[in-house]
Amino acid sequence: MTLNGILQIAVYLAILILLARPLGAFMARVYNGERTFLDWLLGPVERLIYRLAGVDPAQEMNWKTYAVAMQIFNLLGLVVVYALQRLQQVLPLNPQGMAAVSPDSSFNTAVSFATNTNWQGYGGEMTMSYLTQMLALTVQNFVSAATGMAILVAFIRALIRSPQTSSGKAGGLGNFWVDLTRTTLYILLPLALILSLALVSQGVVQTFSPYQTANLLQPTVDGSGNPVTSQLLALGPAASQIAIKQLGTNGGGFFNANSAHPFENPTPFSNLLEMLSILLIPAALCYTFGKMVGDTRQGWALLAAMTILLAVFIFGTYIAEAAGNPRLAALGADQQTTSLNPGGNMEGKEVRFGVPNSALWATATTAASNGSVNAMHDSFTPLGGLIPLVMMHFGEVIFGGVGSGLYGMLIFVIVAVFVAGLMVGRTPEYLGKKIEAYEMKMASLLILIMPLTVLFLTALAVITTPGKATVYNPGPHGFSEILYAFTSQGNNNGSAFAGLSANTPFYNLTGGIAMLISRYWLAVPTLALAGSLARKKKVPASAGTLPTHTPLFIAWLIAIVLIVAALNFIPALALGPIVEHLML
Amino acid sequence: MFKHLRPAIVLLALFTLITGVLYPLIVTGLAQVIFPRQANGSLIVRNGQTLGSELIGQQFDDPAYFWGRLSATGPVPYNAAGSSGSNLGPTNPALEDAVSARIEALRAADPENTGRTLFAPIPVDLVTASGSGLDPHISVAAALYQLPRVAQARGMSEQAVRALVDEYTQDRTLGLFGEPRVNVLLLNLALDEVQ
Repeated sequence: MTLNGILQIAVYLAILILLARPLGAFMARVYNGERTFLDWLLGPVERLIYRLAGVDPAQEMNWKTYAVAMQIFNLLGLVVVYALQRLQQVLPLNPQGMAAVSPDSSFNTAVSFATNTNWQGYGGEMTMSYLTQMLALTVQNFVSAATGMAILVAFIRALIRSPQTSSGKAGGLGNFWVDLTRTTLYILLPLALILSLALVSQGVVQTFSPYQTANLLQPTVDGSGNPVTSQLLALGPAASQIAIKQLGTNGGGFFNANSAHPFENPTPFSNLLEMLSILLIPAALCYTFGKMVGDTRQGWALLAAMTILLAVFIFGTYIAEAAGNPRLAALGADQQTTSLNPGGNMEGKEVRFGVPNSALWATATTAASNGSVNAMHDSFTPLGGLIPLVMMHFGEVIFGGVGSGLYGMLIFVIVAVFVAGLMVGRTPEYLGKKIEAYEMKMASLLILIMPLTVLFLTALAVITTPGKATVYNPGPHGFSEILYAFTSQGNNNGSAFAGLSANTPFYNLTGGIAMLISRYWLAVPTLALAGSLARKKKVPASAGTLPTHTPLFIAWLIAIVLIVAALNFIPALALGPIVEHLML
Repeated sequence: MFKHLRPAIVLLALFTLITGVLYPLIVTGLAQVIFPRQANGSLIVRNGQTLGSELIGQQFDDPAYFWGRLSATGPVPYNAAGSSGSNLGPTNPALEDAVSARIEALRAADPENTGRTLFAPIPVDLVTASGSGLDPHISVAAALYQLPRVAQARGMSEQAVRALVDEYTQDRTLGLFGEPRVNVLLLNLALDEVQ
């Protein structure tokens, strides 16, 4: 580690925390239906949308209606993404003449983008037409993010409202169409517009021109000895997609190498902006939560728990990657960090980012369910690659996906409150809502579904021929590739140990199922839990109430998150990265 | 159930129009007006010829040029229409093979300097593949390692080459973010212009 590396990470975290409050306060206004400074422009658009869609924005939905509306909208989006990929060869804006995508890959990608996972079995610049990138993928980047945030807001309303108060009908969680629309218009679009222009200023491409040909300075030969004198530069409307891919915890790259590609992430400054965008909305939503429940300390407490865990693991990855690979040192590679030599494990990393930014990005993108990468995780050292896996094994609650991360963390809060209540013999309650048998059933389901999905599918892959056939690296690292694939898809993350060739019917289908389960089997019980909470009366805080904003509670919550993940995944991790580390 | 179909269909259609058509068009329009060079790939154009992009590396193995990172793209290295890393794991023997082959190639291209470089460790970025396969940069150490070879192959003084290396070295952003780096293609173009 160097002082510069530590400073880069510290400054990043400081900027992130500073931005959480202003954006969080703005989002609270958006979700409370209050006036914002964008109303003059977006108000008429919003009202026009409701009129055309036949939506009455004042109409409240109970949890079932909210869940049904959410799923119909997502299913429809999934079908459209599938169709656009299958038909892209006959549709316009396809200057490179991309062929139709295979049925299994189209299914996987459609699920992937509708569920906010953005796992990519394909390489963007070799597969997708400009039209598919825009109409299918960019649109889902917006609305899948908005879906997650809408569910979170419904959950927050359940904690605020009660049958005694006049706010909404009993059990009402808001209106899905309104939450979806306001999220997209007021929050995601303005941020994406600003970010995409900032990225273009750094060199991210944004054009509808076909790929450009350049003459090579030194002609070369290809594998079969034919001369190669030119380079075909892949272009496209990339910046507009990359902005929302980072902001909406989507992570699906325009190009195959994702944010390691110089046209997707050209400079250290674009890298900083993209890294901030990964965690910006998840961090700010903690403040939004505090604001909406009328006690900002509650939001800060959750943000503190997340940030502490994140910071510890960032430095873990940094230390592991900066130490480099002893096998390469033995061959004569200089991995010592000096002012002229970035050093460390540089396989799969870009020089302009170096080890600190690659480690920071890898940890942030897996803590959030973003999944974009600026370095190839498959080539990380065993322990450096272990941490991204662990971040996902937490269930994507350390920041997590926009919306989904915080509602996932609130489930852990409910478990933490419940366990603490049992230990001191009091009725557990959170923000005045009693936590009872039904809530704990739902919370247990929510915590157990993910590890079951991930571990079952990993086991299935390692005992079947198609599962093992496309593993790239030998030994325990091959097992890590499979575990990573299902961990990523089973948590709607989207990053990969990309040596595994996942664009096969086996992985496209099993991965698609994992993504569907981890999105909707978690979203629907979360809404059911919200429905139950919304019907409960608020009990006033008493001397026996466990305060949920104190350092003690933050530490307790961190412990619960750590213990659950450790119990679920240490055996699997031992078979992969831990064994590999011992072999190094 | 069916009462949700109309809002679902209409909202998806409207968001497709807003976020899938209008938004990329507006960004493209603004980008092409405000940052036309960057939006079109930061191309290097000399005498009407496109020589590459200053953000995208090219393959070099001539001793008279500085070499960039290893590139794992197929079928040729630095295929800018198919970015890819090597995805070799840290314990994969193929990784050691690739690094060894590169070390041998570097030493073979620089035989007269064996006394100086044979046992000198080589900066790691020069013997490993980048994440994109298109990394345009090497570290300053990797440039200085190659400097005597390039100077000798071109019959230039080391000071003259060093001056060019310094010219194409970018420092950290604000002295803090990223790593100091040398743009290989721009440096090699500059070398060709001198000699």
